[in-house]
Amino acid sequence: MRPVLLRGGRVIDPGQGHDAVADVLLVGGAVEAVGSRIAPPDGAEVIDVSGRVVAPGLVDLHVHLREPGREDAETVASGARAAAAGGFTSVCAMPNTDPVTDNQAAVGFIVKQGAAAAAARVYPIGAVSLGQRGERLAEFGELVAAGAVAVSDDGRPVASSHLMRTALEYAATFGIPVADHCEDPALAGGSMHEGVVATRLGLKGIPAAAEEIMVARDVLLAELTGGHVHLCHLSTRGSIDLVRRAKEQQINVTAEATPHHFAVTHEACAGYDTNAKMNPPLREAEDVEAVRRALAEGVLDAVATDHAPHHYEAKEREFDDAPFGVVGLETALGLGITQLVVPGYLTLPGLIERMSTTPARIFHLPGGTLRRGAPADVVVFDPGARWTVEPVRFLSKSRNTPFGGWELQGRVERTIVGGRTVFREGG
Amino acid sequence: MSVDRESVLDAAAVRELLDRLAGDIVRFAGDRAHGLVLVGIQRRGVELAERLAERIAERHGVEIHRGALDITLYRDDLETVGPRPIVGETHIPVDIADREVVIVDDVLYTGRTVRAALNELADFGRPARIGLCVLVDRGGRELPIQPDIVGLQVEAGPGDRVDVLVAERDGRDAVELVHRGGA
Amino acid sequence: MTSPALGKDLLGLESLTAEQIRFILDTAEPFKEVSERAIKKVPTLRGKTIVNLFFEASTRTRISFEFAEKRLSADTVNVVAQGSSVEKGENLVDTARNLEAMRIDMVVIRHPSSGAAAFLAERIRSNVVNAGDGKHEHPTQALLDLLTIRDRVGRVEGVKVCICGDILNSRVARSNIWGLLKLGAEVGVCGPRSLLPRGIEALGVRVFRRIEEAIEWADVLNVLRLQLERMQAGFIPSLREYYRVFGVTRERLARAPRDLVILHPGPMNRGVEIDSQVADGPHSVILHQVTNGIAIRMAVLYLLAGGRPELAEAAKRGGGADA
Repeated sequence: MRPVLLRGGRVIDPGQGHDAVADVLLVGGAVEAVGSRIAPPDGAEVIDVSGRVVAPGLVDLHVHLREPGREDAETVASGARAAAAGGFTSVCAMPNTDPVTDNQAAVGFIVKQGAAAAAARVYPIGAVSLGQRGERLAEFGELVAAGAVAVSDDGRPVASSHLMRTALEYAATFGIPVADHCEDPALAGGSMHEGVVATRLGLKGIPAAAEEIMVARDVLLAELTGGHVHLCHLSTRGSIDLVRRAKEQQINVTAEATPHHFAVTHEACAGYDTNAKMNPPLREAEDVEAVRRALAEGVLDAVATDHAPHHYEAKEREFDDAPFGVVGLETALGLGITQLVVPGYLTLPGLIERMSTTPARIFHLPGGTLRRGAPADVVVFDPGARWTVEPVRFLSKSRNTPFGGWELQGRVERTIVGGRTVFREGG
Repeated sequence: MSVDRESVLDAAAVRELLDRLAGDIVRFAGDRAHGLVLVGIQRRGVELAERLAERIAERHGVEIHRGALDITLYRDDLETVGPRPIVGETHIPVDIADREVVIVDDVLYTGRTVRAALNELADFGRPARIGLCVLVDRGGRELPIQPDIVGLQVEAGPGDRVDVLVAERDGRDAVELVHRGGA
Repeated sequence: MTSPALGKDLLGLESLTAEQIRFILDTAEPFKEVSERAIKKVPTLRGKTIVNLFFEASTRTRISFEFAEKRLSADTVNVVAQGSSVEKGENLVDTARNLEAMRIDMVVIRHPSSGAAAFLAERIRSNVVNAGDGKHEHPTQALLDLLTIRDRVGRVEGVKVCICGDILNSRVARSNIWGLLKLGAEVGVCGPRSLLPRGIEALGVRVFRRIEEAIEWADVLNVLRLQLERMQAGFIPSLREYYRVFGVTRERLARAPRDLVILHPGPMNRGVEIDSQVADGPHSVILHQVTNGIAIRMAVLYLLAGGRPELAEAAKRGGGADA
């Protein structure tokens, strides 16, 4: 593989405290050097990235790649390509596939498919419980040995506090987090946020308390066990307050939020648009504001898309019957810049920290940094470019997004994984 | 397009005409006059029927029943008329079976309104006889329908309109011919 | 005189103006008279095909629509299907496409999912009348309730109407709230807190915690049916308790400061939300509601099966009455 020299871009590497115009040299699949006026070695590909931002590739801790089981909606390959198009060089694939990724063979399958895709790196997340049935622990040791970086029963909560406690204790053996989908199952059953919009539309609501109850439980169990709990897709101001207090008490909790939870409110469900249906649901304006501030503060550690592809027929249904979920890989960076950086909640380095540096760190993944010797996983983007979201042009197989037609600022131009360009804007 | 309004009958002439028509109706009904039902077609036919009934009661000492008929739901052109027309009141006060019924309308033109009225009356019962009394006959029939009692015949071209105004609705009594010239 | 057009469908009252609602009520008046005739039929919708697409069991609403359609001389077909898309073989999208292919003129739909009527209306050219979609709206029921209040009280504006019962799960309540507020009534709701939806006050209604307070305040009570499933789902402890705390009983009404008008959308659970003596008593207009139901539905069908404006342009004749 030829060395690559990215010349003249604004290199932002929050992990190294670097934010300046510089050259980045990638050799043999690793970062060789970051500095001014680096001389290209023989045979190097020299790419002029002046006016662009060069950053460690984005890391998404929470995607659903649907393979095996729902290959009509997405495959590991199409998902990895969509990730690359979104500037992601690493994604973590949730195990709620069919069959569930709850054994070493299944984990190995994901690893193999990811390697074959030759786009973004795919790290499997194994199930907490066999079949995600919430009864018996899966064999974490085997899952980790096969390549799993975390365990989760996402799609549903770990309902049994006993099982969650045991999972946290056992996962600590392997140094992996338990990622929980926080939703009290007894308060579930709604199809959107419980509030005035649901009242008008006549839809059963999911109250904010359903999430907050499980957040509180998980924080207390993390405290009890000393294990690392990672809270998925938090959406309410109450959840954020609980996490803030937990961190103040040095409890080992990390948390993520999705771009849709900092970009739209439950008003988007008006007209019964199933592309606004996801779980946890879109919340109120005060919750959206709280998510933005929490990302700025660092109370929420990471932006994770919860990319949830669905074939269009599945979503072409009455609201109650449509499945939850929206895609997110190809709009995440644009939404981050438009909704967080432009209005001033975060600086651009701050956003990179939430989308690359910190996610890699909390899941102990290589990447998220341009330190010498780190994997050559890089994203090059134009932070000022304006573009319109056209779902029909997504690399993902699915189109279920609430952002169709939105004008966003910030566009990925090139994504490099292990020193090889895996995505280039314009083909 | 120029619009040209010509007076055909003034208020006094209208009232005189109604006096005459009242007598014509009584004669037409003959020995069935006592059970007569005068049915005015919405909208101005209703006012005319009222006035005729009053005169028949005053001058000829015969109390007759009055009814009102709105033919909107029986029109043959509902599909083409655009947004739905407002439906007025229909009120037939007695069983019309075996009675003498006289339909009253302001202007007879194509005959389609009267056809609709006949269809609607048929849903109320089977009168012994139905007669038609109109204030103005302007010709231009599209159906084989003829009046039994006519106040006045008026020559009007296809672009013209014959307006009957009644005090109760329009503030004055008159019959006017509106020419749409220059066509 | 121009009529405020209703558009292609009647999906709910939230999206109608006060003028449009009043227009429907006024249009219902002549249709009341048609139902009093010996021959209860007018040829107005002759040749129109109407499908009653009922995904939820409902005898009275379906019969009411069927009579309305037949009295307008339309051809009607009843399709009774079970449950939601997931449970049945054919989903709503395919059903819609099939109806379109059969060139059906109008569809009256009742479905257990909120938003189902709009879902259908967006996909077919036929007129769609919402006969109840999930918990969202039941516009013809609210319209006949408004007409009945207007008949009995003389007006809707300024009248104090309290809707009592399971508001959370009631499309009748929601449609009534929209219709009453738009026509200038004062609206209250009364029921156990567990059956009142979040944010209901934000819609502009007063909340009464006890039925006695509601009775003290209201001119009109619209008493909703309480379903057995609510008790089974744990929203209230028992039907007996509901009756004792929230039931509209003769004793409670006797203490009312004025004569209340009592409405109920039916079917009634006698001895649960309402006493028999009240339901059958002089203040009840429940049967009047049923009669008005047919007139309202005839008016709605008449107004929706509108003429085609492009033909109207071609057929225009000088604007005056054509005789």
